[in-house]
Amino acid sequence: MFKGATQFSLPAAFAGLAILAASAAAAGTVAPDSVPIEDMEMSQSLTGVPGDPLAGREAFADRKKGNCLACHANADLSAQLFHGEVGPVLDGAADRWSEAQLRAIVVNSKDVFGEQTIMPGFYTLKVGINVDEKFAGKTILSAQEVEDVVAYLLTLKEN
Amino acid sequence: MANRTKRIATMFAAMMVGTSASLAGGPVDDKLVIDGELEINTRVPAPEGHPFDELISGWHYRTPETRDLEADSFQNPGMLYVERGEEIWNTVDGAAGKSCASCHEDAETFLKGLGASYPKWNEEAGKPFNIELQINQCREQNMQAEPYKFDADDQKALTTYIKHQSLGMPMHVDLSEGEMQDWWEKGKELYYTRTGQLNLACATCHENYNGNYIRADHLSQGNVNGFPTYRLKQSAMVSLHNRFRGCIRDTRAAFPPAFSDDLMALEVYVTWRGTGLDIETPAVRQ
Ligand code: HEC
Ligand code: HEC
Ligand code: HEC
Repeated sequence: MFKGATQFSLPAAFAGLAILAASAAAAGTVAPDSVPIEDMEMSQSLTGVPGDPLAGREAFADRKKGNCLACHANADLSAQLFHGEVGPVLDGAADRWSEAQLRAIVVNSKDVFGEQTIMPGFYTLKVGINVDEKFAGKTILSAQEVEDVVAYLLTLKEN
Repeated sequence: MANRTKRIATMFAAMMVGTSASLAGGPVDDKLVIDGELEINTRVPAPEGHPFDELISGWHYRTPETRDLEADSFQNPGMLYVERGEEIWNTVDGAAGKSCASCHEDAETFLKGLGASYPKWNEEAGKPFNIELQINQCREQNMQAEPYKFDADDQKALTTYIKHQSLGMPMHVDLSEGEMQDWWEKGKELYYTRTGQLNLACATCHENYNGNYIRADHLSQGNVNGFPTYRLKQSAMVSLHNRFRGCIRDTRAAFPPAFSDDLMALEVYVTWRGTGLDIETPAVRQ
C-alpha cells in the first residue's frame, strides 16, 4: 500500500514553490522544507518518480552522499568495512517503519527523533551555522537520491 | 638511522592492525606507564560543574598497538619532534642573536609543569595565550625573529618539546586570571553550537557518543592532554588547532583561522574539560 504513495502527483502549489525556491531542485520536485513532516510521516514523494533501490544502496554507502554506514551497521552491505555503531542496526528497518516514516527520517530526522539527534537531515536547509560555501544552500542528498535511499531501506526486511 | 627505520616499520604495522579493528564499545581498561616507569593519570574524577563523572584520555580509545607505541618512548615517533624541539630551543635565531636558552637558562626547571598550565591569560595581549602564541611573542619581541607560520614544522617541534617537559603532570587552567572566565563561557557556547551542513556540535560527538565507533573511528571524549599528537594516519605531528579545524570541517562547516578568538576560546574550554588529566605529549593517535 505504501508503494502507491510514490505515484501521487504533486499538488500544483508545491510544484510552484519548488520552482521558485530551489534553483538546485529540478522542476517538479518538492523544495526542501516545503512539505511539513507530521506525526513522524511524510507520505508525499519528493519527485513523483519511483525510487531506485539499487541507486539508493549506492547513495547509502557513498561517503560523500548518505554515508549512512558511518553510524549504522547494515548486514546487506557487510562487504564494506567499518560500519558505525552510533545509530541502530538497520537490518529489518522496513519491518519497523513505513515508507512515509522512512522518508521523514531521511528528509529531516530532527522532526522525527527530536532536535538533539546526531543523525543529519538529508533534505533540509535547517542546518548548523557557518556552512562551508561548497555546501551552502544545498541539501546533502538530492530529492531523487532521498527517494532512492527510501526505496532501498524498504528492501531491508527480516520477516 | 636504524632507530628511525624501526620506528617507521612499527608505525606501519600498527596502522595495518588498526584498520581491521572490530567493533567494541567504551574505553579499554588499561594503564599507561611510559617506559615501565612513569604512570600517567589517564582517568580522573571530573571537576565540579562538568557534564561527566570521569575524564578519560583518548589513549583508552585506541588500539593495543597504538597504545603500546605511546607507552614506549623509543618507539613513539613523536619523540623525534621532542628531540628536534630541544635543538631549536638551543639554536640562535633572529637579529638579537639569541636562542630561547639564552634567556631561559635552565630549561628543565623553567619548563617543568609550564605546558600543563596553558592556555594562560596574557595581560599585554588581552587574551589567552597558548604555547604557540607565547613562542611567537618571544621570537618577535625578544629575539627579533619572524613569528612561526601556523603549523610550521619548527612550531610543532618546539611546542611538542615544551609540552613534553610536563609529561605526567596534571593539566590545569587558571580561570581566575584576567578575563579567562569570559573566554571559558564563550568556548562553552561554541562547544554546544551545531555547525555545518551535517549540523553537529563538538558535544554531539564527544559528549553524547564517546565510546562508540563512528565508521572506523572510536569516538573519545575529545581531550587535549596529548597535544601536539602524533597521528599515524598522517604520519605527522598534529597541532591542537589543526585537530579542531579538522573536526569542524568534518561537519561541512567553514573553520576559523588558527589562534583566532573562536579557537582560543574553544582551547580554554576544552582544556578545562580535561582538568586533572596528565599531559601525554607526544601522544600517539590513529
Ligand atoms: C551521524 C550519525 C548518523 C548518520 C550519518 C545516519 N544516521 Fe540514521 N540514525 C542515527 C541515530 C543515532 C538514530 C537513532 C535515533 C536517535 O537516537 O537519534 C538513527 C535512526 C535511523 C533510522 C531508524 C532506525 C530504526 O530502525 O529504529 C533509520 C531508518 C535511519 N537512521 C536511516 C539512516 C540513513 C538512511 C542514513 C543515511 C542516509 C542515516 N540514517 C545516517 C544516526 C545516524
Ligand atoms: C631576550 C630574552 C628572551 C628570549 C630570547 C626568549 N624569551 Fe621567553 N620570555 C622572556 C621574558 C622576559 C618572558 C616573560 C614576559 C613575556 O611573556 O614575554 C618570557 C616568557 C616566556 C614564556 C612564558 C613563561 C610563563 O611563565 O608562562 C615561555 C613559555 C617562553 N618565554 C618561551 C620562550 C621560547 C620557546 C623562546 C625561544 C623561541 C624564548 N622564550 C625566547 C624572555 C625571552
Ligand atoms: C562527527 C563527530 C565529531 C565532531 C562533531 C567533532 N569531533 Fe572531535 N573527533 C572526532 C573523531 C572521530 C576523533 C578521533 C577519535 C577520537 O579521539 O574521538 C576526534 C578527535 C578529537 C580530538 C583529539 C582527541 C585525542 O585524544 O587526541 C579533539 C581534541 C577533538 N576531537 C575536539 C573536538 C572539538 C573541540 C569539536 C568541536 C569543534 C569536535 N571535536 C567535533 C569526531 C568529531
